Amino acid sequence: MNQYLSNLFKYKDLFFELVRKDIKLKYRNSVLGILWSMLNPLLMMVVLSIVFATLFKHEIPHFAVYVLIGRIVYQFFSESTNFAMDSIYANGQLIKKVYVPKYFFPLSRVCSSFITTFVALVPLGAVMLVTGLSFRWVNLMFLFPMFYLLIISAGIGLILAAINVFFKDMKHFYSIILMVVMYMTPIFYPASIIPEKYMPLIMLNPLYTIVNMFRDVMMYGVVPDFMSHLICIAYMLIYGVLGLFVFYKTQDRFIYHL
Amino acid sequence: MNETVIEVSNITMRYRLATERVDSLKHFFVKKIKREIRYENFFALRDVSFSVNKGEVFGIIGNNGAGKSTLLKIIAGVLKPTTGAITRKGSIAPLIELGAGFNGELTGIENIKLNGLLLGYSKKFINEKLDEIVEFSDLGKFIHTPLKNYSSGMKAKLGFSIATVVQPEILIVDEVLAVGDINFKEKSEKKIRSMMEGGTTVLFVSHSLGQVESLCDRVLWMEHGQVMRIGASEKVIKEYQEASKSK
Repeated sequence: MNQYLSNLFKYKDLFFELVRKDIKLKYRNSVLGILWSMLNPLLMMVVLSIVFATLFKHEIPHFAVYVLIGRIVYQFFSESTNFAMDSIYANGQLIKKVYVPKYFFPLSRVCSSFITTFVALVPLGAVMLVTGLSFRWVNLMFLFPMFYLLIISAGIGLILAAINVFFKDMKHFYSIILMVVMYMTPIFYPASIIPEKYMPLIMLNPLYTIVNMFRDVMMYGVVPDFMSHLICIAYMLIYGVLGLFVFYKTQDRFIYHL
Repeated sequence: MNETVIEVSNITMRYRLATERVDSLKHFFVKKIKREIRYENFFALRDVSFSVNKGEVFGIIGNNGAGKSTLLKIIAGVLKPTTGAITRKGSIAPLIELGAGFNGELTGIENIKLNGLLLGYSKKFINEKLDEIVEFSDLGKFIHTPLKNYSSGMKAKLGFSIATVVQPEILIVDEVLAVGDINFKEKSEKKIRSMMEGGTTVLFVSHSLGQVESLCDRVLWMEHGQVMRIGASEKVIKEYQEASKSK
């Protein structure tokens, strides 16, 4: 264990560099660069608002903010896990030749997505201001759901990265899973329309609780109840530990499949 | 002074060569159910044991495919052995695949920074040593050119300069002295020798027996993944030469 920590410390500069490189790579050759991190969720919000406003407008006040939050949370999850999934394979040439802590690759990608997601919070603030939602101290509690989401995504990213080394089919399969997750998350519909009997199924989706928690603190100014924290922490532990475990157990065999 | 820095005990490296390549899930399950997955075992290393003392220059010789590079990769930590254990004491500078992780789009300078990080140097350290690395690499104005325009010799020079900027406790050298021009060859040999004098333990793999004999204290001769002989350089090299001739 001690050896792992000293190794982590030794390579920490590499980790930061990888995160920086990932962000740079993402916006390479695009004119607007990092602005896309703000524009993308905004434009998505506009589209979804126009499409769904007629359907749900009366049930959801501040529909634009509602959609934007759902979108940001889902976008982070899908982008970071997808990006992490490919990371080991993409860096195969390197892993074959030099020793580097392999978990750096998926984790750096999750972290870089996390940073760009924070950029996406700027337009969220702007939209809140425009639509007349007032800012409160409780808003700062958004850090809780963000943190839970980060760990959950990192865990899932590690699992996917490991699986993807052995089975390239995972990529195609995962795009279907992501779609299911998207519809299971109340991004553009009110959570209340979910029939009671499906709730246990919906609760399997960690994003459900996280999105709700996020909206509680940002839109309704409510401190999230103890139960939802507990659910998130449980998910965080399950995925975090499972991710590390799967990755740790399989990493020595990556090299034969790259 | 007889402190062991590398201890390799009973290392076996087994590759399972699937008779057919299976890399899709569906394929895998179909085959698994039909019990059609068969593996052939291939032993790249078989029960290899040896130890290297501090400050020693240890040569490894053998024909192509004898398992030399696999052994070095295991010692460097890139590969994990199937069975057996290895203990290392101290920092390692692997000159195995020089310039692994070089990026063709980046310039020489940028690659020094990236490669240094991959070797586990800190950012601060690299910035301090940048001039020294550039100076040693002899690349002159090309240091600001993207790496894709470099010749293989130039890349090797750069890789060597980055890897040897520290005085490591263990240096692993695999054939790298064969690259680069005469001047650089001399320069790099000198650098390795000065490291030896500084107490660095060196693992040296080469096909140039003359070089091995002049540099190494002890030599390990490998064949088909097994240890044939370990002993004083002259003796082992002589036996190896005789064995090669009589084939």
